Amino acid sequence: MTARKSKRAGDETGYNFAYLDEQTKRMIRRGILKAVAVPGYQVPFGSREMPLPYGWGTGGIQVTASIIGRDDVLKVIDQGSDDTTNAVSIRAFFARTAGVNTTEETAKASIVQTRHRIPERKLRADQILVYQVPIPEPLRFLEPRETECRKIHAWSEYGVMHVKLYEDIARFGRITTAYAYPVRVDDRYIMDPSPIPKFDNPKMDDCPALQLFGAGREKRLYAIPPYTKVTSLDFEDHPFDIETWDEPCALCGADDSFLDEIILDDKGSRMFVCSDSDFCSARRAEGHTGPMADDPRFADPEPSPREEVSHAG
Amino acid sequence: MYVAVKGGETAIDNAHRLLAEERRGDPDVAELELAQIDEQLGLAVDRVMTEGSLYDRRLAALAVKQARGDLVEAIFLLRAYRTTLPRFGASEPIDTAQMTIRRRISATYKDLPGGQVLGPTFDYTHRLIDFGLAEPAGERLTAEEADAGPDAAMPRVNELLESEDLMERIAPPAEDPEPFDLTREPVGFPAGRDQRLQNLARGDEGFLLALGYSTQRGFGRNHPFAGEIRMGEVTVGFVPEELGFEIELGDITVTECQMVTQFTGSREAPPQFTQGYGLAFGFCERKTMAMALVDRALRADEYGEAVEHPAQDEEFVLYHSDNVEAQGFVSHLKLPHYVDFQAELTLVRRLRADHETANRQEAAE
Repeated sequence: MTARKSKRAGDETGYNFAYLDEQTKRMIRRGILKAVAVPGYQVPFGSREMPLPYGWGTGGIQVTASIIGRDDVLKVIDQGSDDTTNAVSIRAFFARTAGVNTTEETAKASIVQTRHRIPERKLRADQILVYQVPIPEPLRFLEPRETECRKIHAWSEYGVMHVKLYEDIARFGRITTAYAYPVRVDDRYIMDPSPIPKFDNPKMDDCPALQLFGAGREKRLYAIPPYTKVTSLDFEDHPFDIETWDEPCALCGADDSFLDEIILDDKGSRMFVCSDSDFCSARRAEGHTGPMADDPRFADPEPSPREEVSHAG
Repeated sequence: MYVAVKGGETAIDNAHRLLAEERRGDPDVAELELAQIDEQLGLAVDRVMTEGSLYDRRLAALAVKQARGDLVEAIFLLRAYRTTLPRFGASEPIDTAQMTIRRRISATYKDLPGGQVLGPTFDYTHRLIDFGLAEPAGERLTAEEADAGPDAAMPRVNELLESEDLMERIAPPAEDPEPFDLTREPVGFPAGRDQRLQNLARGDEGFLLALGYSTQRGFGRNHPFAGEIRMGEVTVGFVPEELGFEIELGDITVTECQMVTQFTGSREAPPQFTQGYGLAFGFCERKTMAMALVDRALRADEYGEAVEHPAQDEEFVLYHSDNVEAQGFVSHLKLPHYVDFQAELTLVRRLRADHETANRQEAAE
């Protein structure tokens, strides 16, 4: 068993830094430059087969692999947390193939790769947020044909999207899109923000960090340059709003973060906890407490000190 | 911490160790060797090479072993390996007319130059479980060798029809440009035939089989004949830049299928036969037949036929044929989605509250 393990480690060093070959990285970076130049526009690119399945973050991984350098510090989150299985797997992939340092602290990361969330902590200009995107086309469920969608974008004929939102209001009294809520970038392209909850949409607007989006299976890249205007679609009489909860985070007491609902038993008792695990533990480290903070069931097995950047290899 | 996903790292490691143990199975049973998979499960190896787009029997056999016989997983393994390989260039086109034939049949002619060669086929076997195979055979079973090999000259059936001008002639595009490379560029529409055939060759056999079948049942106008199916070895040639002349890289086994479809003609084109084309590594006859049916169905535009059915719809077929893409996106549903689900939950609760308020108001009125 040990012999096999060491052999495997030897095989891995046979790959280029961050897995992809330099030609491929250059091709992807050219795509990213185009995406940055035309904010919100979907740039087709020659997405590669990765050793992780399509739909599991191959687009984000390719973007990260093509921009990451040896001095970068990488954070990977899924559902806001560093500890979800797929985030662990992707972080391990880069620690292994690029040997870069990783962190769970948003503030210490130079690149944050994410699935389904934007960190609660405000991002800085020296950080890059890389989104994993399953379906890059915001119009896909209104128009399944790629050829048609590209025409709609080219002509900026977005009536079909506004009709959909209007029909929601007519039927339900409100817009019934809770995540992947469409935005307009720089007053031009309508863009899918990836399946983040609409709660996170306002964080995209005027964000100091560069935001890059990679869709591996659909072979598209797009971007929001720093300090770009991003508006969530709405109507004057039905302005965009975000989710709110009736109670604060049970552990850190935050009343302004996105909360996960945790089912505690089969009798309907539940608690609400920050989905952003770094945000939550940082607040607790600062002494903030929520209503269930003292419950022994939720105490950390070993109270984790605010850890340093972990060095790979 | 508060959720079971904490400690994901250890859980993943343990799961992978368990997988390795289950892969090996009962240690009292001899471990599979790659040669056994290659020799005795050769058609599985062929399929993995075809849809994995890499001709390497040993690697494909290894992928089958590693994937515990799950061929879609094995195809994924091979693809992920293939994508890291450097490119030296493109080979010369293979010439299937020069194939060393092991099987060659035509359903359109009773006899034809070169004759019909059945080869190692399941056709005409009675699908009765052979209980004799349950125990290893003591003696080696050999087929009797014919007095003479197949005729050297085995012209392709389509060429016979072409000489009478009854078959559409397909010429390479003007100036013979570099073919599209699907592994380096994303699918684009309208897709040229080079792009389409690459996509179909890599496409999932089951998906293409169902689509091909649908054209036979009326979902797409197609009245095909198996003009010719041939399987055997062809030589792959390559012209290295520094040499400037062709060298032989070696032989590969391929299966080729040419379907013949009647076409009643249009204002521009006289009545004639048209064709659909299928090609695969190894012996993948079902795959190449399905591929040829779908190829022809997708040429609807060229013949001014109405595009009304799934098999004729380029975007539908080319976007959904790849099983590495399909299995990835379907399986990603296993990943946590609780943030999105929470967002939906909040929304549904609000909608229900709206609904109840509305009902109460209605009752009050």
